[in-house]
Amino acid sequence: MFKIEKRPTPSAKWNWGAPIVAVVLTMIFGGALFAVLNVNPFLAIEKIFYEPLFGEYSFYYRPQLLVKAGPLILIAIGLSLGFRAGIWNIGAEGQYIIGALCAAGLALAVYPMELPILFPLMVIAGAIGGALWGLIPAFLKTRFGTNEILVSLMLVYVAEQLLASMALGLMKNPEGMGFPGSRNLQQYPSANNAELIAGTGMHWGVVAALISVIFAYVVLSRHMFGFHLRMSGLAPRAAKFAGVNPTRMVLICMGISGALAGMAGMFEISGPAGQVSIDFNVGYGFTAIIVAFLGRLNPVGILLAGLLMALTYIGGEITQSQMGLPLAAIQVFQGMLLFFLLAMDLLTNYRIRPAAKEAV
Amino acid sequence: MDLSSINPILLLASLMVAATPVLFAALGELIVERAGVLNLGVEGMMITGAVAGFIVAVETGSPTMGFIGAAVAGALLSMLFALLTQVFLANQVASGLALTLFGLGLSALLGQGYVGVKPPSTPKLDLGMLTDLPVIGRILFVHDAMVYVGLLLAVAIWFFLARTRAGLILRAVGENHDAAHALGYKVVRIRFAAIAFGGACAGLGGAYLSLVRVPQWTEGMTAGIGWISLALVVFASWKPGRVVMGAYLFGGVNVLQLNLQAAGAAIPVEYLAMSPYLITIIVLVIMSADRSRAPASLGRPFHASH
Repeated sequence: MFKIEKRPTPSAKWNWGAPIVAVVLTMIFGGALFAVLNVNPFLAIEKIFYEPLFGEYSFYYRPQLLVKAGPLILIAIGLSLGFRAGIWNIGAEGQYIIGALCAAGLALAVYPMELPILFPLMVIAGAIGGALWGLIPAFLKTRFGTNEILVSLMLVYVAEQLLASMALGLMKNPEGMGFPGSRNLQQYPSANNAELIAGTGMHWGVVAALISVIFAYVVLSRHMFGFHLRMSGLAPRAAKFAGVNPTRMVLICMGISGALAGMAGMFEISGPAGQVSIDFNVGYGFTAIIVAFLGRLNPVGILLAGLLMALTYIGGEITQSQMGLPLAAIQVFQGMLLFFLLAMDLLTNYRIRPAAKEAV
Repeated sequence: MDLSSINPILLLASLMVAATPVLFAALGELIVERAGVLNLGVEGMMITGAVAGFIVAVETGSPTMGFIGAAVAGALLSMLFALLTQVFLANQVASGLALTLFGLGLSALLGQGYVGVKPPSTPKLDLGMLTDLPVIGRILFVHDAMVYVGLLLAVAIWFFLARTRAGLILRAVGENHDAAHALGYKVVRIRFAAIAFGGACAGLGGAYLSLVRVPQWTEGMTAGIGWISLALVVFASWKPGRVVMGAYLFGGVNVLQLNLQAAGAAIPVEYLAMSPYLITIIVLVIMSADRSRAPASLGRPFHASH
């Protein structure tokens, strides 16, 4: 049979090969799933991966790519910092909601004043809101040793309830004829996160995502903090001896990832979504976890992975409307991708050899 | 608000029903974690069990078949996690999350045609005389069999862990897998079995939601109960008796807040609805002061080469 041997250092080749193999395997098994659902697998895969980019209606889908990839990348960059240090913030969805609520709350409070400074203030409000929400599990972890995975996740459900309460109560549009949901920020110029270049989908959130990629890249590869961060994840004891304060590391990582998720929520609510409504959050915070892993927790990788995941979202909408493929199938597809990726990681960290002949 | 509309006997009776899904899922996870594996995919296995149990029950007309189907589905799904973490040596946290994301998608896909369908009703267990007991009878002895199965399971797990040889081996694997391996125990095989058991229990818990507690199928209906079950294992310091206590506490909070919603309490519905999650956090904070009880090998990958 085979023997699994630990590599002294992870294979650089497989580090980047694994995601590619995982994507190919997902296409094969996803295709099989589509076939079971009575959908032509080849056509479906083409519609997901080809049509949005080069198809007949790509002028409509291409901007969507950036709109969807923006928040995914922004959140995933924040998560990747913590994941590298062994800090598991999986409540980004909640931080995303709270960031959006803080920003929207600020805008709705001063409505209808036209202030040029309002938009930057909203960005700050979103970042602070998200950061504070992320710091709750961080504080509880450092102070009481509470598991940050469970607390950050519980806070997603709390944030969702808060969102519902705001959409139906405090932030409800007074001129909305009693319908749930706030005023539409798209119609409030000072607060609107409008498309920067018409027809591209480029908005401030995408710009922020790109900046965060560059920022993370520089910090991780050129800065002492990045080194400490990676050390905390790979060798916690060594990091401690080197003078890294684990408490500070948790607070910084959760704070940054919360702030980025909050900002993502802010850009979404002031732009593509437009209003505080019950169904504002669509799971970007969870999909971003897949993005972070698919991108190997590497900023450039996350950029590419974010675009790929955005593609599956758009492709999912196309296959749903044109081929009647349920939207949930895409969710399964995304989950499958993460499975294959995790499995393929074996090849990065271990070597597989035939175990037939052993030297004595 | 009209508090008099809340009937304490009904409240306590429905507490037992509300606690049962969490109880099953948490007991399963308890065994998994005692074997040294952290499976964060409980939510995913639970919802898959919910939909599988629902479909089987509707198609066969038998709730019993539904529960069996749910247990099988949960166990099958958990094998994906076992394969990833035990054979492919993948990170347990990431694999568990993957299982949850996958399970949520899969269940939504499978449940497409079953939204709004009514499942066959699960019969109450006929306990004859006991049910006629004043007050106590109407709280304790008016339930379907699964409520009691959950409680019996807790006793059985306690007995298994504390009094049997197999339980001792399971704990040894969870405390120090290298030592257990050196003694000749099949660490990976034992963990596979534990993970499968955890999956089956999570599946049963999910099916109890869709077949008895709600009873209906809606997408994402577990709404964090799987995660609460995970928290419950920590809360219980990995002891079955305290899992029962925790599950009933959770059930109580949940039933109480639902009753207050119905009674038109002055607190807005959304704030009541967030209370189970907030209380879970608070309880976690209180309990996490003492981490000494956690199985020593929890979450660590095992590879026989070293």
